[in-house]
Amino acid sequence: MSAGPPLNLDGAMEWLAAQPGSIALHESLYAYTWIETAHVLGITLFVGTIAMVDLRLLGVAFPRAPVSAMNARILPWTVAGFVLMIVTGALLFYAIPVRSFHSLWFRAKILLMAVAAVNIFVFHARVERDRDRWDSGVTPPGARISAAISLVAWAGVIVTGRMIAYNWFDCDKPQSAFVHLLTGCLAGLAEP
Amino acid sequence: MSLYHQFEALEATSLGDAIKNSLWLFPAIEAVHLLALAMLGGAVLMLDLRLLGLGLTGQPASTLERETRPWLIGALAVMVITGSLLGVSEALKLYDKRAFWVKMIALACALVFTFAIKGPLARRDPGAVGKAAALVSLALWLTVAIAGRWIGFS
Repeated sequence: MSAGPPLNLDGAMEWLAAQPGSIALHESLYAYTWIETAHVLGITLFVGTIAMVDLRLLGVAFPRAPVSAMNARILPWTVAGFVLMIVTGALLFYAIPVRSFHSLWFRAKILLMAVAAVNIFVFHARVERDRDRWDSGVTPPGARISAAISLVAWAGVIVTGRMIAYNWFDCDKPQSAFVHLLTGCLAGLAEP
Repeated sequence: MSLYHQFEALEATSLGDAIKNSLWLFPAIEAVHLLALAMLGGAVLMLDLRLLGLGLTGQPASTLERETRPWLIGALAVMVITGSLLGVSEALKLYDKRAFWVKMIALACALVFTFAIKGPLARRDPGAVGKAAALVSLALWLTVAIAGRWIGFS
C-alpha cells in the first residue's frame, strides 16, 4: 500500500475513502448526523446574513443602514458561517468521498460556489471602488447586479447541496452518455 | 377520531399521495423549505444580533424590528406552507418521530415568543432585557432547526 494518495483524482478519492477517519465518520451513529446538522446551521448563518447584505444592495431592505456598516457589522458573521459550512462540508465529503466526487449535484454546487466567489471578488475589487458616493443612498446598477448574482448563486448552492442526498444520477444507475460525461462515472469505472 | 387516524387521513389525501409518489416533488419542496430557512435565519439574526449589542449597532433595534418583519413573515409563510406539504406526504412517519414533536413544540414557543414578546420589546429599544430576549429567541429557533434536520434521520 502506498504512503500517500495516488495522483489521479479517482484514485485519490478511493484512497480517501480507505482512511480510518473516513470510515469512522461514514459508519458513525451520530457524528455524521451532527456534522450534517451543523452544516445546515452554518448555511443558515452564512446564506442568511449574506442575503441580508444582498437585499440592502438591491435597495429592498435596511435603507437606513450604510453599505459600509453592513460590510463591517454583518459580513464577519457571514465569514463565521462560511468557515462552519466549509469545515463541516469537508468532513461530510471526507465521509463519502467517491460518491460525492461523482455526484452531478456536488459538481454543480462547486461550480456555483466558484461563480459566487468570482462575484464576491469583482464586487469588492471593482464595484465597491466608488462606494463612498452611494454608501448611504441608492446603490448603482453594478452593485445590484452583484447582489442578484450572489442571491441566485447561493440559492443554487443550497438547492444543489440538498439534492446530493438523492441518487438519481449515481454511477450505479443506468445513465445517458451526457450524464456520464458530467459525473465522470465511466472514467472512474475504468480504473483497475 | 384519534390524532393517529387524522395523520393517517392526511397522508391518504390526494395531495399527500401526489407528493409521496412523485420522484422530484418532495426534494423540490424540501429545497424551497431550506431556502426559506436561510431567509428566516437571516431575518432573525439581524434583530437578535442587534439586541445583543452586535450586528448593525448603528441602527435602533426598533428600526431593525420593523425592517426585518416583512422578510421574517415572508420566510415563515414559505416555511409553513412547504413544511406542511412535506409533512402531509409522510404524516404517519412524523407521528412516530420524537424530533417532529420537539420541533412543533419549539416552533409554537418560538412563534409566540417572537411575535408576542420579542417584537413588542424590540420596538421599545430595550437594554439588558433585549439581550435576554435575543438569547431565548436564538435558543428556540436553533431547537426548531436542529429538530427539523433530525426528522430526516431515523
